[in-house]
Amino acid sequence: MPAQDEAPPTLTRDDVIKVAMLARLALSDTELSSLTEELSKIVGFVSQLSELDTDEVEPLAHPLDSQNVFREDRPVPSLATADALRCAPRHDEECFLVPAVLGESGSA
Amino acid sequence: MTITTTPAAELASALQKGETTSVECTTAFLDRIEATNPTINAFLSVDRDGALAKAEAVDTARAQGKPLGPLAGLPVAVKDVLCTTDQKTTCASRMLKTYKPPYDADVVRRLREADAIILGKTNMDEFAMGGSNENSAYGLVRNPWDTDRAPGGSSGGSAAAVAADMAPLAIGSDTGGSIRQPAGLCGITGLKPTYGRVSRRGLIAFSSSLDQIGPMARSAKECAMLLQAIAGHDPGDSTSLNTPVPEYLTNLEKPLEGLRIGRVAEHFGDGLDSEVAEHVEQTFAAYEAAGATIHEVELPHASYGVPTYYLIAPSEASSNLARYDGAHYGHRWDGTPSDDQGITTFDSPLVEMYCRSRAEGFGPEVKRRIMLGTYALSAGYYDAYYAKALRVRRLIRNDFTQAFEKVDLIGGPVSATPAFKLGEKTDDPVSMYLVDLYTVGANLAGIGGISFPCGFTKNNLPVGFQLQGPALSEPLLLQAAHQYQLTTDWHLQRTPAISS
Repeated sequence: MPAQDEAPPTLTRDDVIKVAMLARLALSDTELSSLTEELSKIVGFVSQLSELDTDEVEPLAHPLDSQNVFREDRPVPSLATADALRCAPRHDEECFLVPAVLGESGSA
Repeated sequence: MTITTTPAAELASALQKGETTSVECTTAFLDRIEATNPTINAFLSVDRDGALAKAEAVDTARAQGKPLGPLAGLPVAVKDVLCTTDQKTTCASRMLKTYKPPYDADVVRRLREADAIILGKTNMDEFAMGGSNENSAYGLVRNPWDTDRAPGGSSGGSAAAVAADMAPLAIGSDTGGSIRQPAGLCGITGLKPTYGRVSRRGLIAFSSSLDQIGPMARSAKECAMLLQAIAGHDPGDSTSLNTPVPEYLTNLEKPLEGLRIGRVAEHFGDGLDSEVAEHVEQTFAAYEAAGATIHEVELPHASYGVPTYYLIAPSEASSNLARYDGAHYGHRWDGTPSDDQGITTFDSPLVEMYCRSRAEGFGPEVKRRIMLGTYALSAGYYDAYYAKALRVRRLIRNDFTQAFEKVDLIGGPVSATPAFKLGEKTDDPVSMYLVDLYTVGANLAGIGGISFPCGFTKNNLPVGFQLQGPALSEPLLLQAAHQYQLTTDWHLQRTPAISS
């Protein structure tokens, strides 16, 4: 955690490339440049949270104090295969069709 | 009676009395959309045939004395973030340009059951990310009060549609202020209900712990009518609240005697436009005159709301938007090689398809937030950013809990300024994020908030007032806004003529 007086971190182009691959975004050269600058600025802005001492504060992931919700364990019909496939860019009678999962890119 | 300028509550009674028909009303609004949408761009799609067919069915049923739903024959505009089986649902994204969902959102199902007429789908910031409606892949929306200005966002299309008399009622969604801020900037009334009051099933997910659907209309009374129809538990959304839905309309007429309204000194700091401040102070005075008492309250962590929000919302978005993979639905890269010198190496053909489909399908702001969220959740940064934001979120919620021990509602501005010029903030993401300053707290705390017009600037731009209340305080929020609207006519003002 950055200390209060520490300058907020600056992202490098390599950081942005790494995050883009995690996010599965083939960013263009121009986008890599603009996002390197913009993300550094935004990360600097959100880093002001480090001013607050939250060591004793429990994280709040959900706004209301709700418990896990269970339903009766009874099978109900789900979306029909044809309906699920209807919007797919490529499909056959029963499957979504995608490029090769293994192998070099560019061989699609 | 000019149908398009008649409030929905009066249209409902005219329909019941047989003074007009749903076909006549629906036609009037469809014609108004046709005339003004080329300028305003509030609608992404209009379902003229479907709307008129439904209107005719409602008129026939009424003539035969059959029982009808509570919104029978009333036209409604629906933000394009809600799934509709009979109309495309694009989320204002190229990613979903041709997407026709296989099921209706629960809110859409309830609107159909209430016999409302769905006119079409409204424009918005792509995937509901933005505060100006300039992030739509299908063109920006113009503010009907001044077409050089932004309507606010992300529900800018719904707000502009109501303000421009293109629809008497509209559905919006609010993740950090996306109902209340455009309502304020367009001079209409909009309610963000308590988290879970309205089912999110079929709402295209942005930030699942913050998203909530709500009504937008001219008045609090009409928001109450619409909320009544859409609120309630849905087994298809396990976060929807399984508590009874109160009668919102019958509660409206109670006077405000004894109501305690909080005023937060920090709301009136630097950056608040002086005309906005003046109208907000006058609104506090009007409440005092109506029998309420005003009390200073503190929200010590309020200034941390925007940075907290811009860690939590992008983190959840980066996860939610991972579903757009070019395989199941949505845009897919056609395989054309690119000579761009950006990211060029991929682990496999499948990964290249994912990466290129997403790069083509998402617009700049959506990419920015996915990147920010992915960064905040990535190894080494999770604790410093995402987990830290969740801890501050608890502090922000605790501030509200403590304030609501002293007061019933908290009042204040919705936005620091009236509607800003198109293009004014597009080069600086952080300045755009700060437009959510007064609204993100309610989403982080999961509580309710309502925005309604409380005056106009010298340039004839509407100013909004916000009331926030504890969880499930919708009856009180609507009542307090309605009582104000009984003695003021800001919400009845109509925009200047819209040139086509």
